[in-house]
Amino acid sequence: MDVLTENFSLYGKGFLGTLELTVYASILAMVLGFVMASCRVAPVGSFRVLGTVWVTVLRNTPLTLLFFAVLLGLPRFGLVLPFKVFAVLALGCYTSAFICEVLRSGINTVPKGQGEAARSLGMTFGQTLGNVVLPQAFRSVIPPIGSTLIALAKNSAIAGAFSVTELLGTYKTLNELGYSIIWTFVWIAVGYLIITLSISALFNVMEKRWGVAR
Amino acid sequence: MTTHSAPSTTALYDIPGPLTRKRHLVYGVVSTILILALVGWVIYLLFDTDQFTSAKWSPFAYKGIQELLLRGLGNTLKAFAYAAVLSLVLGAVLAVGRLSDHRPVRWVATVLVEFFRAMPVLVMIFFIFVALKVQPLPALVAGLTLYNGSVLAEVFRTGINSVERGQHEAAFALGMRKTQVMTFVLAPQAVRAMLPTIISQLVVALKDTSLGYLITYEEFLHAGKLIASNLDYDLPFIPVVMVISPIYIGMCMLLSWFATWVAKRERRNPKTEAVDVAPAEPGTLLPGAQ
Repeated sequence: MDVLTENFSLYGKGFLGTLELTVYASILAMVLGFVMASCRVAPVGSFRVLGTVWVTVLRNTPLTLLFFAVLLGLPRFGLVLPFKVFAVLALGCYTSAFICEVLRSGINTVPKGQGEAARSLGMTFGQTLGNVVLPQAFRSVIPPIGSTLIALAKNSAIAGAFSVTELLGTYKTLNELGYSIIWTFVWIAVGYLIITLSISALFNVMEKRWGVAR
Repeated sequence: MTTHSAPSTTALYDIPGPLTRKRHLVYGVVSTILILALVGWVIYLLFDTDQFTSAKWSPFAYKGIQELLLRGLGNTLKAFAYAAVLSLVLGAVLAVGRLSDHRPVRWVATVLVEFFRAMPVLVMIFFIFVALKVQPLPALVAGLTLYNGSVLAEVFRTGINSVERGQHEAAFALGMRKTQVMTFVLAPQAVRAMLPTIISQLVVALKDTSLGYLITYEEFLHAGKLIASNLDYDLPFIPVVMVISPIYIGMCMLLSWFATWVAKRERRNPKTEAVDVAPAEPGTLLPGAQ
């Protein structure tokens, strides 16, 4: 118990680090996911290829390898950025592949008539996708997007192991200070539970408000 | 550019006429040129930062280094094999627990499944490794087993529940016991329907074996790190990434393709109902995701 009260600021810093990483990476993942999902259903072949390659490669890359390549590889390449930016890049790109697939399955659930109606009104592909299909698709895939973002929050632990200030990373410092390891981990676990449960609650509210029953 | 290879969502755009086809061709060519330019720029950067000097690539010619990599790959596959088998077993046990008629058993199984799915795998691995002072390989396997086992338990459970109700009613009507109904009627049908999802989950386990790198388990990535941080070879980080990534990605892709292949076969099989079960990959407490 003392571990938490005596090191509250350290825990707090780790907790906020995880939260920050999760939020920024989520934004990047959502944006990239939307772009890639649009690419995958685009009428132009080269866009479709780009989307497919992006998703196939990133979905089959171990996240640890991606972190290794980004955090340790890119600097040798002459690209030096703060560790945190690298971590957000790796996490965001990795998760975007999953978001893209979720959205694509959402696009498939939108009734065909919606797209046809939009087209018969003279809408272009971009308008049909952006104004008619994607908003509905997003609403029907709120729960799976929620679980993808929960997975992202959990995956951010890897950044901690690569020494970005993050919740899991705090165990190293506390371990050196000689605190009971078991309790250290209990509080880390509680921290992650708070984050994942909050995301879950948030998405439940979103689903109640915007979810479509089909 | 041709309409024949268009994805299933062709409702999004009309079959292009001659003018649109020309426009799409322009888009296609321009975007391809842009992408190729980007790739070219990356290659230029690689050359510019001397990533292709012989010093950086020489280690891969040595037998010792090749053996080091192969040993790492073997260790990765070993951890994967253990984790896969054990999580299938744990998944089956937990699924049986969750489907039990006894409330306490059901309750314990539910708590275990929900807890292990909500925790980051890495935290569990570190806990077992640091707090319980277990060797790297068993720690890695135990962490992967706990996580993937509980995810698989949910897969099995939804699979069993997705078997038509009449099946188990008929089995009970024939006088079978619950265990018999499960093992002879429900499980065989459920496993067939679930096989693609199960294999996809094994892809997750294979990917996650690379977490062993973080607890000093001498797997493939660890071997790569050893070579990459060697001063004698001028720190060949990029070459190592270029050698290791295709092998990792290739292994996972092979398994993913196997999953889709099985799924396609299942869909053609009249004996199994095509049940689409949401991929169970990310652990979640969302009720809607199931």
